[in-house]
Amino acid sequence: MSLFATGSQTVGPYLHIGLDWLVTRDIAGKGIAGERVTVQGRLIDGEGNGVNDGLVEIWQANAAGKYAHPDDLQKKPLEKGWRGFGRIPTDAKGGFRFTTIKPGRVPAPGGGLQAPHLVVSVFMRGMLKQLATRLYFPDEAAANAQDPVLKLVPPARRATMIPRRKGKGLEWDIVLQGKNETVFLDYF
Amino acid sequence: MRNRPSSRTPSKTTAYRRFHPGTQPAYNYPPYASTQKRCPTQPLVIAPQTLSEITGPVFGWDDVKPGDHDLTRQHRGEPIGERIVVTGRVLDENGRAVPNTLVEVWQANAAGRYPHRTDQHNAPIDPNFSGAGRTCTDAEGRYRFVTIRPGEYPWRNHYNAWRPAHIHFSLFGQAFLTRMVTQMYFPGDPLLPYDPMFTCIENEAARNRLVSVFDWESTIPEQALGYRFDIVLRGAEETPLEKMP
Repeated sequence: MSLFATGSQTVGPYLHIGLDWLVTRDIAGKGIAGERVTVQGRLIDGEGNGVNDGLVEIWQANAAGKYAHPDDLQKKPLEKGWRGFGRIPTDAKGGFRFTTIKPGRVPAPGGGLQAPHLVVSVFMRGMLKQLATRLYFPDEAAANAQDPVLKLVPPARRATMIPRRKGKGLEWDIVLQGKNETVFLDYF
Repeated sequence: MRNRPSSRTPSKTTAYRRFHPGTQPAYNYPPYASTQKRCPTQPLVIAPQTLSEITGPVFGWDDVKPGDHDLTRQHRGEPIGERIVVTGRVLDENGRAVPNTLVEVWQANAAGRYPHRTDQHNAPIDPNFSGAGRTCTDAEGRYRFVTIRPGEYPWRNHYNAWRPAHIHFSLFGQAFLTRMVTQMYFPGDPLLPYDPMFTCIENEAARNRLVSVFDWESTIPEQALGYRFDIVLRGAEETPLEKMP
């Protein structure tokens, strides 16, 4: 039996009504091992305005490089209480901010390891299907250079997937259009 | 939080199928004006599906409360409007049930108004209706909500634009790649052909799948009409070996 998947539709402007109950800005709770990192930035539209009705979702491995999912068969530690999911609505100026731990490296297809990364979905009014991207870490230059996904990105655009250091945290804008347009990935 | 063990068969998933052409909307769809400044202008980078994408957040029954599926019982009084039951199955493209997966819904009230700070439509707010619900699918992928039929409402996309009655659905499935947000419509709604959200799905069969069907079986006598809305999430490629008898 083969069916085709249901068509995607926008979350619309009132997404908060249905989705806010699961807002998670602190992805790694107490007792979760790893280097704490705060990421903040803005979701920016083609006119340079902040998107005030957007939603960013994060999926990531723990510090050991293991996902809280039955298909991750690696023999690595998984803390009780680790889920690896973040859901962050943008604020009135399009800003978002979340805290997590830097994930460990996970296997790459065909052997080797991927650079530490978060996978990211972006939803908003005016977007009929979510966009996917990845966030890499600025202190992982060697691993980033070998990453099987980042290597597919034109070199001039790779920086859009790597936040800047700002104070003690990271700053990362998701830019929908224009000169610094974020690289979005097609797994779809 | 702990989750119930998944009852699905262990898989050697290596790849989810690409979407069938015409069944998914484009990022840039001019009839829906807001897409113009919110769609990427550079080509998307085609990326391999890795462990990061074939896994995804696991939610289950521990994450929802028993009454979360009944939007008519979230306040002291009953909401105004026509009670309905919305049921369906969540399947993958291989026709297999997606069990124990979270389903989130939200919708306008019977007058077509959302209790949201940015909804300025001049229609009454119903103090007995918040418009949000959630549940999980059972072992056969079935879900069930009790709610009221949402009203149509105007929006400013084009002159005299009205959204057909709809319920927003959000699903995770079993992987980052199966994450999906969609909208359910009602059979016979005269607004559908004028709605860019509906027309953005090019393939007619795929478009019509967004329309629920009246369902006698889930209709409760003297209480509520039933509507069925089945949802298909992306499925894993089956290897030729698995297809052999």
